[in-house]
Amino acid sequence: MKTILSFKKLFLVLSVFLLASCETTSSRLFDTSTNKSAVELRSIQARAFDTKDQNKTLRTIIATLQDLSFVIDKADMELGTVSATKLDSSNQSLWNKGYALRMTVSSRPVGNRTVIRANAQFNITPVVEPKPYQDFFVALEKAMFLTAHQVE
Amino acid sequence: MNSIFRKPIVFLSILSFLLTSCIETIPPEALVFNKDTLANRQLQTRKFDTKTEKELLTAASGVLQDLGFNLDESAPAVGVLVGSKNRDATDAGQVAGAIVMAVLFGANMAIDKEQKIRASLITRPSETGKGHLLRVTFQRVVWNTQGVVSKIEPINEPLIYQEFFEKLSKSVFLEAQKI
Repeated sequence: MKTILSFKKLFLVLSVFLLASCETTSSRLFDTSTNKSAVELRSIQARAFDTKDQNKTLRTIIATLQDLSFVIDKADMELGTVSATKLDSSNQSLWNKGYALRMTVSSRPVGNRTVIRANAQFNITPVVEPKPYQDFFVALEKAMFLTAHQVE
Repeated sequence: MNSIFRKPIVFLSILSFLLTSCIETIPPEALVFNKDTLANRQLQTRKFDTKTEKELLTAASGVLQDLGFNLDESAPAVGVLVGSKNRDATDAGQVAGAIVMAVLFGANMAIDKEQKIRASLITRPSETGKGHLLRVTFQRVVWNTQGVVSKIEPINEPLIYQEFFEKLSKSVFLEAQKI
């Protein structure tokens, strides 16, 4: 009886270790658990706008992020990138201490258009579902006075 | 004996399923404009009659330094200035609460200890072509005595913004007078 018990304990301990090692550093670095290809991600996260004005585009992105309650972390005119963080405590409770949403938005000229790409992380998880990005581009469209086109 | 051993396993497996299934996802309202968007924009934005954007940015960086912020990032081409500072976050009410808990229950309650306050100042030329607009936003992260993050929040008190802009107005004036 005693040996059976210890075998069971050993099995439990081993299976916990096996479970813990399921997600490796590599899978986290490459975000393989999201099951999204680079092409899929880009179609979710990128839109094209009919403008060539890089400076105005970047300033509009910054203003939109501020309207969405983000605080800007950094911006680079040369590369056309902006990073920002939103801290929210509106749904604070004993279990929920509020959230941190971090976003990087880049804009680059492609022909007569500007392609804007955004990626976000919610606390410690990557945001890969289409809806939040649709919302972001709807907000950006309003600020740009331009229509966001799907990138082919 | 066997049945006793089985119970914790069932409990553990249910618990682990619950744990894995409670991954938080982004709230639906996170990236949409809301009823406060316009009010916040007005609260956080002021227009200054500066000739150049650089003049306003210089005055703004002066105010950040006056308030003890350190500059983290600047990108004058798009009117961006970002600063932060670490400060004490001890709250008298919390300390009193912790003392009461310690006396009554012998409990060691964690209280707020430190905070990091961040500010981003964004300037842009006014649509009318005269003067420049500056929008400032503040946020803070608070750590407690156990080194755990206890609060992450935007700072939206109107009085803070009013006071900031008063200081900025003075700084813009001094900048214009080259003082």
